[in-house]
Amino acid sequence: MEATMNAHDTFSGGVHPAGNKQLSAHKPAVAAAIPARAVIPLSQHIGAPTKAVVVIGQEVKKGEKIGETTGFVSAPVHASISGKVVALGNFPHSLGMDLPAVVIESDGKDEWVAGLKENADYALLSPEELKKIVLEAGIVGMGGATFPTHVKLGPPKEKPIDVVILNGAECEPYLTSDHRLMLERPQQIVDGLKILMRILGVKKGYIGIEANKPDAVETMTKAAAGSPEIKVWPVKVKYPQGAEKMLIKAIAHRTVPAGALPMDVGVVVQNVGTAEAIYTAVRYGRPLVERYVTVTGRGVKEPKNFLARIGTPFLQLIEEAGGLTEDAAKVIAGGPMMGMSQHDLTVPVIKGTSGILVLPKNEVVVKPYGPCIRCGRCIDACPMMLQPSLLGIYIEKGHYQDAKEFNLMDCFECGSCTYVCPANRPMVQWVKKAKKELAKKKN
Amino acid sequence: MEAPAKEQPKEPRKLIVSIGPHVHDTESTAKIMWTVSGALLPATLMSVYYFGMPAILVMLVCLISSMVSEAAVQWMLKKPITITDGSAFLTGLLLAMNLPANVPLYIPAVGSFVAIVITKHLFGGLGFNIFNPALIGRAFVLISFPKLMTTYVEPTMRVMAMDAKTTATPLVLLKEEGMAKLLEVFHTKAALYQDLFLGNRAGSLGETSVIMLLLGAAFLLMKRYITWHVPLPFIATVGILSWLFGGKEGLMTGDAIFHMMSGGLILGAFFMATDYVTGPSVRSAQVLFGISCGALTVLIRLKGGYPEGVMFAILLMNCFAPLLDRGMRSPVFGKAEAKGVKK
Ligand code: SF4
Ligand code: SF4
Repeated sequence: MEATMNAHDTFSGGVHPAGNKQLSAHKPAVAAAIPARAVIPLSQHIGAPTKAVVVIGQEVKKGEKIGETTGFVSAPVHASISGKVVALGNFPHSLGMDLPAVVIESDGKDEWVAGLKENADYALLSPEELKKIVLEAGIVGMGGATFPTHVKLGPPKEKPIDVVILNGAECEPYLTSDHRLMLERPQQIVDGLKILMRILGVKKGYIGIEANKPDAVETMTKAAAGSPEIKVWPVKVKYPQGAEKMLIKAIAHRTVPAGALPMDVGVVVQNVGTAEAIYTAVRYGRPLVERYVTVTGRGVKEPKNFLARIGTPFLQLIEEAGGLTEDAAKVIAGGPMMGMSQHDLTVPVIKGTSGILVLPKNEVVVKPYGPCIRCGRCIDACPMMLQPSLLGIYIEKGHYQDAKEFNLMDCFECGSCTYVCPANRPMVQWVKKAKKELAKKKN
Repeated sequence: MEAPAKEQPKEPRKLIVSIGPHVHDTESTAKIMWTVSGALLPATLMSVYYFGMPAILVMLVCLISSMVSEAAVQWMLKKPITITDGSAFLTGLLLAMNLPANVPLYIPAVGSFVAIVITKHLFGGLGFNIFNPALIGRAFVLISFPKLMTTYVEPTMRVMAMDAKTTATPLVLLKEEGMAKLLEVFHTKAALYQDLFLGNRAGSLGETSVIMLLLGAAFLLMKRYITWHVPLPFIATVGILSWLFGGKEGLMTGDAIFHMMSGGLILGAFFMATDYVTGPSVRSAQVLFGISCGALTVLIRLKGGYPEGVMFAILLMNCFAPLLDRGMRSPVFGKAEAKGVKK
């Protein structure tokens, strides 16, 4: 296949953590049990949180809107099960704090709300109508970024888009939810991409997949066989190949300017899961109420892939995956590089939860950090070509302004620098802190 | 599908919470330091073979006094004691490699003290020192005890080599008496090269055996603990410049091979100029650093007051390492493109 030649196109820097995908990659996704109680956060995306449009005691059906947008950069939230609203209030969120959520107790019927519009002839819809459906379906970036999708689909006139890239790189170790989705729903993904291309009036579509998933490359290539405008593009196996800017560099050979967005170089990137959700919304009228979630790591007994409802507690999925092992010590929402560790397992799956990773005690790094020995490994590893060592040294001393001069703001917290640092210096932690401090000063 | 009826129990287990990444590669500061020390093992063994007991004594004193100095100064400064991280051990070993075999044993002790206490810890400890500790230690004892530090003995290949004959190093011979004298001592060019390569010559403990040093260096290159960016330009520059200007019969008559193999160049280029802390960490800056070290080495060898210039060349360039890093960092991803974009 011609496209394999491109597996070497990549960015400079990056790291090669152990993939550990074999734990779950071969396991077809199974539908997780419908949660008895779904905790559905009103904010599952970047941007303005939604406002609850239900009251306690109200009966709701699956797919019914329960949170309405309050701004342009926002996405509505829907009930993922049918039942009764039993609580409105702050509940633990995988972001690490309590945030407003709607709690629904299941009535066990799992009924869809009335009035969902199936549309086999969706090809006849106008781009505007399609975009409206995407907005109403509450679709956000499902790779973890959770940026509201409809916003990306309405670029300003002076920034014409000519390429859409679907991100199936899944470069985070352990995670296999996108991989399984590509194997199990390839046609839906391709059709979702076509809808995206139609909305944006784009003639070139790519599906970028890390070359370590040859079966996904093959399946997607077959699914896209009848569509010459779509190319499946294997990319080099390297973290963070799936970061937007890195993927654009590898596939479109365009460099997104520092501080700018993909649309500044005419590209829109969407996760493969997002494309599938778009297809489901457009074809069946169903909003985003469920997603693929990998539950994996050597801290769970039977790693698995699930199709889980939004609002399902982590603990339930972990139990469906055989439960925690004796030595389970860390539970992470997302992958091991950029995911967030959790202290409360009642936190729910949200639209951006690609996986739940459980590490056993002996795999948890608890080394104290030492002084920077200036080995330069972090500089070689940084995909943004920053000098993470200097950022670390400045921030450690509280010199945030100096860190800013050394391009603090270009760091997207991928963690490559800390991953390779022999002194185990927590650069990501420091960068987060410095960004926060600088923002405080501004206000 | 049936829903599980019961409330989710609160997880009683204490989970570890920290900011990612949650995985790490297997490298650590200690692993690097001990591995580099290990890479010096072939050269160490060779020096024991050539110089016998005196070499062992010098090394022991260096290692022990370095580690004791480190523990003592950290104890006094009420800092955690980190002698297990291998960095003091490595400094001690490198210092030993830079001393003649027959020095009185207070010299390695003084050198270690200066290296560890003054050069490393008074500047803030590991990672903060500007100069390579082992090289400052050596420079200090060279200047303080010039006579003792420049009295080299012939390799005896005996264990109890207390009575070894003193002799001049090849570089001294070349500087003071010329190539003809050098050939008289070593008979032929080929024999000279061979002895330099194997280490059968007078010199500091660790600098004599080119082959053993290269063995260790190859291992470090393979493990990617060091890269070619400093040593290659360093050695190549010495070769080219000494070929151009090192000959008595005018331009391009110098003996590049001799210059590249003699003195402490191989040791310095692979094991001292590559020191993370005191050299630049940006790759392009490392190349320039290597070239500069090479040029300074040749300048000192040919024009300076010392027959050997590697040590002072590296020390001088240590000062410029931070500057080179700042000046030569690669452009940030998308920074060049950012100029053209309107926000
Ligand atoms: S990897 Fe760590 S020790 Fe090495 S230069 Fe970067 S911050 Fe310093
Ligand atoms: S976390 Fe930031 S500084 Fe570190 S490698 Fe990633 S982009 Fe570079």
